[in-house]
Amino acid sequence: MITKAALIGLVLTAAACTRPDRFGGAGGGAANGGGAFDPNAATNLGGANDPTSPLFFNQTIGDRVLFAVDTSTLTEQGKQILIGQARWLQTNADYLAIIEGHADEVGTREYNIGLGFRRANAAREFLVSQGVPSDRLRVTSYGKERPIEICSDESCYAKNRRAVTVISIASLS
Amino acid sequence: MLKRLTILMMALVLSGPALAQSGPLRLVITDGVIEPLPFAVPTFEAENGEAAQVASDISRLVAQDLAGTGLFREVPASAFISQHSAFAQTVAYPDWRAINAQALITGAVFVSGNQMTVKFRLYDVFSGAELGGGLQFAGTVDGWRRMGHKVADAAYSRITGESGYFDSRVVFVAESGPKDNRAKRLAVMDYDGANLKYLTDSGSIVLAPRFSPSGDRVLYTSFESGFPRINVLDVASVGRQQITTADGEMAFSPRFSNDGRQVIYSLANGGNTDIYRTDLVTGASSRLTEAPSIETAPSFSPDGAQIVFESDRSGSQQLYIMSANGGEPRRISFGEGRYGTPVWSPRGDLVAFTKQNAGRFHIGVMRTDGSEERLLTASFLDEGPTWSPNGRVLMFMRETQGAGGTSSLYSVDISGRNLKPVPIQGGASDPSWGPLQP
Repeated sequence: MITKAALIGLVLTAAACTRPDRFGGAGGGAANGGGAFDPNAATNLGGANDPTSPLFFNQTIGDRVLFAVDTSTLTEQGKQILIGQARWLQTNADYLAIIEGHADEVGTREYNIGLGFRRANAAREFLVSQGVPSDRLRVTSYGKERPIEICSDESCYAKNRRAVTVISIASLS
Repeated sequence: MLKRLTILMMALVLSGPALAQSGPLRLVITDGVIEPLPFAVPTFEAENGEAAQVASDISRLVAQDLAGTGLFREVPASAFISQHSAFAQTVAYPDWRAINAQALITGAVFVSGNQMTVKFRLYDVFSGAELGGGLQFAGTVDGWRRMGHKVADAAYSRITGESGYFDSRVVFVAESGPKDNRAKRLAVMDYDGANLKYLTDSGSIVLAPRFSPSGDRVLYTSFESGFPRINVLDVASVGRQQITTADGEMAFSPRFSNDGRQVIYSLANGGNTDIYRTDLVTGASSRLTEAPSIETAPSFSPDGAQIVFESDRSGSQQLYIMSANGGEPRRISFGEGRYGTPVWSPRGDLVAFTKQNAGRFHIGVMRTDGSEERLLTASFLDEGPTWSPNGRVLMFMRETQGAGGTSSLYSVDISGRNLKPVPIQGGASDPSWGPLQP
């Protein structure tokens, strides 16, 4: 069980998380500006120039990888991002991660949960292959429940088909 | 056997009132396309002053239920020659024949405090006889809609020979907020959208509630922990708890067996999703599919012997049927496109599904051997059909396109006729139609 209070971005800020099931911005995150990472809490994420900071992880390394329609195959670009994530996780051994899989809206609800799970798992397996201990990683899937882009065409769908690595200092037990 | 599943009126083919009717009033829901059967509902008699309002309301509701099926058409009161203002009075058949009201429904209401009784009779106008005996229902004034639905169910049942579906409830997900931060909560309502009641708050995502066969409990998927898990909720107390499934990273897409004792669902581990079954009494779980593909959306046959589900083992989502104990499934969908969310009909003869093809979504039905596929709807996104208790109507979710897209519930009969929205304030998705209430 993850205690909300221990999540990055919520540790010291009084700004309540309005999306409790997003683990304080998971899936949305700082990158799109609309997540629950409160800007005032940015100091908790560390400086963007501090390579040991979660903010550096989110913004510079990249917290997400994207997928083609109805696939869970990692792209070359995705693998490069995950290599960076793996390095960061190995360097910053206190952090754990939940990988959230997502799908675009063009699909049925249950299938999209399964598909999002495949995507999250593909990212997890790659991170493990790069040396990240599997017990520091958990996966979940939101299916089509949490799009970050809301238009109904491919420009949005492409960004919604994603696996987002959400960094946490909480216990994953 | 049902073929094209459309409506035929039989036994009422009369060229005029002088002709002897060949049989009793009967509308057979089967092949062929016909006009709705005309009926009249004079305002029910108020047996005391207190009953006036509810007598009027309940007569309107009965007419609305019947006309809402698309199988019946109301003859408006403005056309009436007789008023039939007293329940006990003799029916002036010629007056009703003259306006071609083939069925006449009369009633009377008595109110005492919050208690009320409703009496009703159904007349076969062209036979000049009552159809079935008089019926009386007793209940509370607050529950007058249920009593109206019961009258309409009785009339529907006597005329069609099939059970009705008006006195039933639907559990669904009430939605609010923008697409990228949508709040979802479980809610229950009457089949016609009335008496909406929320069952959970919107603190975490809830998906795909499924009524138990008796309508006392609801299974649903909750993201309360951040990982999809299956909860069961008691409708009366709204108490809820997570069910203990087989071990897995995520559990979702639950559905009850027809005795309400077993739950079938999807369990996900290591990227792979398969179908499992758990006995709620013993807690015993078993794995029903073992494939590297996504197996989900399982639904029992009414006899509990088989399960229909979707799998992408062929490379795209298709429908399969297997034994309730697992084993080799057989594929039943072979048309173009993808097929998902299968639901076995209460009669056992059909499977309803969501089909995705050429950029559109459809609700459809097919026989359980995959033959006679029939698409009933088409839109940007139609999804997740649920059967009326009598297997004649499907309710489903329709989502509109674009950044401002919203979800709402629609119903359509299995001939593809009578497509219409269910009137609900706010967004709604994932309907599950419960049983006819006792």
